[in-house]
Amino acid sequence: MTLARRVIPCLDVDAGRVVKGIEFEGLRDMGNPAELAARYNQEGADELVVLDISASVQGRATFLDTIHRVSEQLNIPLTAGGGIRKMEEGRAVLRAGADKVTVNTAAVERPDLISALAQQFGSQAVVLSIDVKRKGDAWEPYVRGGRDATGLDAAEWAAEAVSRGAGEILLTSIDRDGTCSGFDCELTAKIAATVPVPVIASGGANTFEDFLAVFTDGCADAGLAASIFHQQTHSIAELKKFLAARNVPIRLSR
Amino acid sequence: MKIAIIDYGAGNLPSVERALRKLGAETERVTEPSQISSMRAIVLPGVGHFGAFVAGLKERGLTPSLRAAQKAGVPILGICLGLQAMFASSEEAPGDSGLGFFPEQVRALPKNVKSPHIGWNQLRHMQSSSLLRDVPHDAYFYFAHSYAAPALNGETVAACDHGFSFAAVIEKDNLCAVQFHPEKSGESGARVLRNFLDSVS
Repeated sequence: MTLARRVIPCLDVDAGRVVKGIEFEGLRDMGNPAELAARYNQEGADELVVLDISASVQGRATFLDTIHRVSEQLNIPLTAGGGIRKMEEGRAVLRAGADKVTVNTAAVERPDLISALAQQFGSQAVVLSIDVKRKGDAWEPYVRGGRDATGLDAAEWAAEAVSRGAGEILLTSIDRDGTCSGFDCELTAKIAATVPVPVIASGGANTFEDFLAVFTDGCADAGLAASIFHQQTHSIAELKKFLAARNVPIRLSR
Repeated sequence: MKIAIIDYGAGNLPSVERALRKLGAETERVTEPSQISSMRAIVLPGVGHFGAFVAGLKERGLTPSLRAAQKAGVPILGICLGLQAMFASSEEAPGDSGLGFFPEQVRALPKNVKSPHIGWNQLRHMQSSSLLRDVPHDAYFYFAHSYAAPALNGETVAACDHGFSFAAVIEKDNLCAVQFHPEKSGESGARVLRNFLDSVS
């Protein structure tokens, strides 16, 4: 009996469509969110993450509708966020059908937001996203879609967020994102050793071996990817079979 | 007759409703005691904080109705925090009383394991179970919780281990409860809900 490692596809959504950026810039249309969600649910995804990258007022209303339509396709958990600044916005995301809400920029500016969300909805519903760039032997969190440096240390920030009630860390390497050069396993191992909550590794996934590495060397609880799944480079079912055959604890039955 | 889904003011009801309706059940959200008497069975879903949950039930006057329904033999299915609320109390909110169907206290997961326990885990089947009928022994279910009820002799039909051995599936008389989220647990979870509906039809 072992807690399974999770394989999580991510939908970056802008104005009701799934898009994919490269190193946080330049977008390509990747399809309809509900259709992709249904496909991933069917293929054996362990969870789905939907991120609003539009961050405009009109985009927000569309995003809640997207969460609703996506959640209707799923019998697995759904995490949603992107641009969440207030408690009420978090509540709206959960009401729309998400099981967990993820926060990033606003949490750096006002760490109280994490405490407030955790008190209201429970730690199991609060995911802190941290987007980092490597700086020598450490990693620095960036906010506003990876544009602005924070001056913080990723490990210290993760530990503080968890002490405030964050129940999971969604850790994205900006250096690796969209580059297909593999997860930053050193980064995930460092954060996983620092915090007592699950760590979801993100950024750079390209091959089956990248997932194997992040679950072994990287000590990650979950691996997240977008483009390799959207483009059908890899099927989730095949990836999970590959991992299970190499003794990674994986849920194979649907 | 319908399946009551207790609405205590928080929690993710739509996913539980959707899962039950997909299986052909008619559901109704219950916010008032008067609604309960006409129901075939009661589902008590819950996420979040034990204290907020039992306070939400109390504010709506639902606590005595649920206790009466339990005594009257109405089938009740607790999900996640709904399982925990069936106990007398929880370390999460030490001063607050649960429904008290079981006398024990719900405990925090220990510090030597990752908490919350989030993700897909397997069960240790301990007794024959109607909820787990036709569910493979190696099936995975989705858990998301920081507190758990210790596995009890007699009531616990399946346990899960994370820091300590806790009750993952409880069945006793008209009460059943699961610590995982069947509505988020793929085909295995749907099977558990189907088994519950079959048992009350």
